[in-house]
Amino acid sequence: MSDDPQQTPRAKDGRAPDVFHEGGWIPMREYRETDEVDFVLVGTGAGGGTLACRLAEAGFSVVALDAGPYWRPLEDFASDEVEQNKLYWTDERICDGENPLQLGSNNSGKSVGGSTVHFAMVSLRFRPEWFKARSLLGYGADWPLDWREMWHYYREVEQALKIAGPVTYPWGPKRPRYPYRPHEVNAAGLVLAKGAEALGIDWVPTPLATLSAPRGNSPPCVYRGFCTIGCSTNAKQSALITWIPRAIRAGAEIRDLAMVGRVETDRDGGRVTGVRYQREGRWRFQRARNVVVAGYAIETPRLLLNSATDRWPDGLANSSGLVGKNLMVQANQAVWGTMDEEIRWYKGPPSLALTEHWNYEDDGKDFFGGYAIMSQGPLPALWASTQAIDRDLWGEALIQEMQKYNHQVGLKIVGEMLPQERNRVTLADETDQYGLPIARVTYSWCDNDHRLIDHALRSMTQAMQAVGARELWEQRNDTCHLNGTARMGDDPRSSVVDADCRSWDIPNLWICDGSVFPTVGGVNPSLTIQAIACRTGDRIKALAARGEL
Amino acid sequence: MPEGRLDRYPGYDVLRKRDTPSWNDVTRRVIDARLAISDRPRFLSETDWATLQAICERVVPQPPDRPAIPVAALVDDKLCRDDGDGYRNAKLPRLREAWQRGLRAIDAEARVAHGTGFVALDGDAQDALLRAAKQGDLRHPAWEGMPSDVFFDARLLRDIVHAYYSHPTAWSEIGFGGPASPRGYVRMDFDRRDRWEAVEAKGGDEAEVRRRNQRVG
Ligand SMILES: Cc1cc2nc3c(=O)[nH]c(=O)nc-3n(C[C@H](O)[C@H](O)[C@H](O)COP(=O)(O)OP(=O)(O)OC[C@H]3O[C@@H](n4cnc5c(N)ncnc54)[C@H](O)[C@@H]3O)c2cc1C
Ligand code: SF4
Repeated sequence: MSDDPQQTPRAKDGRAPDVFHEGGWIPMREYRETDEVDFVLVGTGAGGGTLACRLAEAGFSVVALDAGPYWRPLEDFASDEVEQNKLYWTDERICDGENPLQLGSNNSGKSVGGSTVHFAMVSLRFRPEWFKARSLLGYGADWPLDWREMWHYYREVEQALKIAGPVTYPWGPKRPRYPYRPHEVNAAGLVLAKGAEALGIDWVPTPLATLSAPRGNSPPCVYRGFCTIGCSTNAKQSALITWIPRAIRAGAEIRDLAMVGRVETDRDGGRVTGVRYQREGRWRFQRARNVVVAGYAIETPRLLLNSATDRWPDGLANSSGLVGKNLMVQANQAVWGTMDEEIRWYKGPPSLALTEHWNYEDDGKDFFGGYAIMSQGPLPALWASTQAIDRDLWGEALIQEMQKYNHQVGLKIVGEMLPQERNRVTLADETDQYGLPIARVTYSWCDNDHRLIDHALRSMTQAMQAVGARELWEQRNDTCHLNGTARMGDDPRSSVVDADCRSWDIPNLWICDGSVFPTVGGVNPSLTIQAIACRTGDRIKALAARGEL
Repeated sequence: MPEGRLDRYPGYDVLRKRDTPSWNDVTRRVIDARLAISDRPRFLSETDWATLQAICERVVPQPPDRPAIPVAALVDDKLCRDDGDGYRNAKLPRLREAWQRGLRAIDAEARVAHGTGFVALDGDAQDALLRAAKQGDLRHPAWEGMPSDVFFDARLLRDIVHAYYSHPTAWSEIGFGGPASPRGYVRMDFDRRDRWEAVEAKGGDEAEVRRRNQRVG
């Protein structure tokens, strides 16, 4: 039998790969498709993987499906940008709008563990006011969540992943020290540190979901720097090696290479009954008492729209008309330059230092929202194509410029973009290899987005000048992360799910991933997604105890 | 070596690390396979292949004094595997179709402007035509509505440059450490290098640097 994890499922026959031991297996409970399990989850990333674990540990029967393969990082992950393309969602999507998005390596994964398998591990909390952005800061929408409760769940996730971070954090309300000590900051990060000090603003070693000391079967990070194409040492605390093994131990079943095409409803459309999915070339049906969609902000609305019925002609959970709308990426602009010193930014995780100054300081801003600035370390192929496209460098000029690779440095933002209904996911006429209509992703920046970007480029240029970087240039056209498209709220008319991630329209249909964000803030989203998943797990347990599931 | 090009890392060859703890088995397999790709088309027609080769020489020119990176073959390999990016600008057709159409359109533009195919143009004329594509100025019916600037950035530049810098020869050229699992790195500060990283020539010290780089591993 083939051991190509992209062709043949690995989680089968009562066992799943032991990600910590080459060729090893762990026992896994299996359910029959005719069993009506308590929960079936679609997607096993930051949202789905975390919730699968929490539900299984609460004693529910859980089956979690993922369209992607079940990797064994120690054996399957090469130090190579081309090969590791296999981690990304590479099924076709169409991008349009005034600022068409670049997805692929840049936005979403297709693996057990989801995008956390290749994410950059930056693990930040929201600024408390962002949860009430509309009433406290005057833009976007309010979340139906209280920051103090989120603070509790952030702590829980930071502990679960043994986040390595600074002893004190200079911004926002007091938080406990991070579980593991901060990582050593590489030269690329020290440039940020010096720049921040020159501007008189704080900086910290980035809180990261990669280990700074051993933990169980995971070794500490070896600073190999290939994090965004998958960590081959298991230092990175991705869902694949944290929540998923815990979920399996607690009795959850994971099905890899299982693409869900439809969430099915009962005859009158009042409840969902399970999911139709393809695995090993055959369409199958898994019965379930509850369905959780956790496919990330493009696949989640695509699945809900593709599940339309006579009763729900606009797709499931869509009586508000908001499914697919308010897609939010984050601004990801950079200022790059060259230093006299050798930097060698390929060493270590890509963002070892950051400043959240402009997330917490509102004075002098002519825009809503904020941004964090992070140090960078792009790998050669990505870096060369960035320079070719954004600087119009090719021919001898490109080859010459690439000779400076070991002296180049850069600062990049993760910046808040505002929700807009015109930024959305819809269905295209084209279909994919399963015969399912593919997603069309429409994106245009608004004036506020442009103002935030201008402000950020100015502050990064100042910082770079202050450290003596030369040959500065601005990269304007980049975005990262995906959120929105099924926002949570207090009102069924203006949101898709409630604070518990339960859809307003169908009580046993839930959405638990980056789609539920009403606003996106100026920090990377995955810690917040995992915190919401932990909270949702607790809420479901509480609702079940009261007989309200 | 083309005039004016420096060799900052004389004698450095990232492949010398192949059998050290910086490479794991899967990396060795993947890179061995890449190095074994022959400089022949498997997907493109002979005509399109010739055009692609000529374009690659303009986009990533190579020195005559070392074995060339088979850039066109790496792009053709991507097409052969139909290894898409997972998204495309709505103005572009799918990966294979975009490349075939783009190559034919560039060749057709050359014939209209110069009465000869792209391959037969001199370097300056080829560059001028590529610059016109980048500006979005090319409108020959062979583009079939595909904007030349979107094709140029999203496919031509991206795929060719990506292919070149996915080859170990290019890694050596820029002093990149290359594959690094499981060994990783230790020295992270300014101006620090581990024993298994390239030594940079600072000018006048090439012979000594070459000797040291031959010991990197
Ligand atoms: C290069 C990169 C770097 C990043 N760095 C950071 C960072 O440093 N910090 C941070 O906080 N965030 C980072 N992110 C973002 C972060 O990874 C995501 O926000 C997060 O993983 C999203 O979680 P999710 O649960 O919504 O979706 P995902 O984690 O993407 O999980 C969704 C899963 O659902 C599966 N799926 C989708 N549809 C179906 C279907 N129909 N049937 C079956 N399965 C399906 C997919 O295969 C996928 O595995 C980064 C992202 C990228 C691309
Ligand atoms: S730098 Fe650390 S986290 Fe990143 S890939 Fe290497 S070992 Fe994993």
